[in-house]
Amino acid sequence: MEKRKEKRLAYMMLCLVALVFLIPLCWVILASLDANANIAAKVPAFTLNNYKEVLTSSSTYSSMKNGLLLSLGTAALTVVLAGLMAYPLSRYEMKHKRIFMLSMLFMTCLPITTIMVPVYRLFVMVKLYDNIWGVVLFLTASNLPYAIWMMKNFMDSVPVSLEEAAWIDGASRLKALFRVVFPLMFAGVSSVGIYVFSGCWGNFQVPFILFITAEKMPASVTLYRFFGNHNISYGSLAAFSLVYAMPSILLYVISQRYMSKGFSMEGGTK
Amino acid sequence: MNKSRKKNRQIYVFMAPALAVMLVFFMLPVAMAIFYSFTNLALTGSKASNLEVIGFANYIKIFKDPAVKDAIVKTLVFTVACVAGQNVLGFAVAYFMQDTKTVFRRIIGPVLLAAWVMPEVVSAICTYSVFTDKGTLNVIIQALGFGKISWLYKYPMLSIILGNIWRGTAYSMMVYQAALDNVPGEVKEASRIDGAGRLQAIGYVELPIIKNTIMTNAMLTTLMTLGSFGFIWIITGGGPGNATTTLPVLMYLKAFKNYDLGYGTAISMVLLLISAVFGIIYTRQSEGD
Repeated sequence: MEKRKEKRLAYMMLCLVALVFLIPLCWVILASLDANANIAAKVPAFTLNNYKEVLTSSSTYSSMKNGLLLSLGTAALTVVLAGLMAYPLSRYEMKHKRIFMLSMLFMTCLPITTIMVPVYRLFVMVKLYDNIWGVVLFLTASNLPYAIWMMKNFMDSVPVSLEEAAWIDGASRLKALFRVVFPLMFAGVSSVGIYVFSGCWGNFQVPFILFITAEKMPASVTLYRFFGNHNISYGSLAAFSLVYAMPSILLYVISQRYMSKGFSMEGGTK
Repeated sequence: MNKSRKKNRQIYVFMAPALAVMLVFFMLPVAMAIFYSFTNLALTGSKASNLEVIGFANYIKIFKDPAVKDAIVKTLVFTVACVAGQNVLGFAVAYFMQDTKTVFRRIIGPVLLAAWVMPEVVSAICTYSVFTDKGTLNVIIQALGFGKISWLYKYPMLSIILGNIWRGTAYSMMVYQAALDNVPGEVKEASRIDGAGRLQAIGYVELPIIKNTIMTNAMLTTLMTLGSFGFIWIITGGGPGNATTTLPVLMYLKAFKNYDLGYGTAISMVLLLISAVFGIIYTRQSEGD
């Protein structure tokens, strides 16, 4: 009897929370389908024109391309550099390994905000300001501590015996790393890659501060500038928001699938 | 001897690229900023040519500035409220989820996760659409027969706090779900059979077992909230007046609107110092686990 009541309470409380959490989402979804949308959620006069407008605009296209370049470049570079770095951390005895790993963990949790002004100064000084590759390098640096930490743990779970077999077959250490170890930690490598990609795709502050030319801005900053316009069409704003959010949502769903398959490295050694 | 030297060289080859990138783009700017914060150097301006070490003068200046004091208070209010809200709500949701059917969780889960998965700019615009004058909240209030309220003018801090709790709760919820899953079923059962009430069982059984998770998560959410810039900037721009000007917002305004990079750097050093303290606590906790 008592338990029943508790269960009902749980359902009621969760439904209430979900309802409140839905309110902000309602607007962006409904307005994107509304021919005369305003800033409040309401029943839409159904249309797909907002999406059509957003998807055919050249500025959408170029901002998405910039965001993709920035995020993909950072994710790829981060995975490769972190993979190389993680290798000796995982395979060799080293003197200050523990301190090093702890300082990586420490750097992981420092907010990027705290170093944005110094980085801006550095970028102006060395002429990397407003340069996409400069931003990629900075984003890589800020993602490396996390990536190194994760990659080392994933690598620890790949048996050394497999690598040794490759060395006997005449492969160099580097070759064995890329041909044997990396493929075996595919789930780990891709989850780090996806995490870094999504983080960059969603990042607003770094490109907002390090870019000045509108044509170089990624979608996050373009959306912000769109939002700041005085006579905006709320329908297209909502549609652009959802188009821009889509990769983050899709990648999250995909990474969940990977996670559930597990990180187990069984099947490698037989 | 020879072999170990070769091994050492190999280690350097593997580590060099990542170390170089982190040194140049992470540690160098921090080191530069620490050094600059003790000098009179402003990047643009007449003083730039004759560098002079002036000790703690910059820091004394910023701690005397009422705007900085005000921003510190606002940062504290924002951070404490968001961290408390996200952790309490996140735990409550995770706790109650245990009692529900899988189908129900499959429907509710994504609703709660959506706010967290979406990019910062989108969730900020969504929050704005709730609290702005003609926004959804006022439409609901008016439909219920009450007068509308200018949330972003009268209660701007409350608005961004609620928005941030909405955005961040899912993260804490997932952390607590994982932790509660690890509490052995027998322990929970036993406490109920012993006649402990629900609340007592939570207070004396569940919470102590996941104590470490709570501490670690509190530190992490604190660090995430301390550095929050985009979310606040997009919704209120730090205003109205300076009502939502937290340290990151003030840092941005000083450095990029007033073109006072020296001042902006000094503020960012204060933020870095505060974050470092929480970061060290977090690192030590994680090490203990």
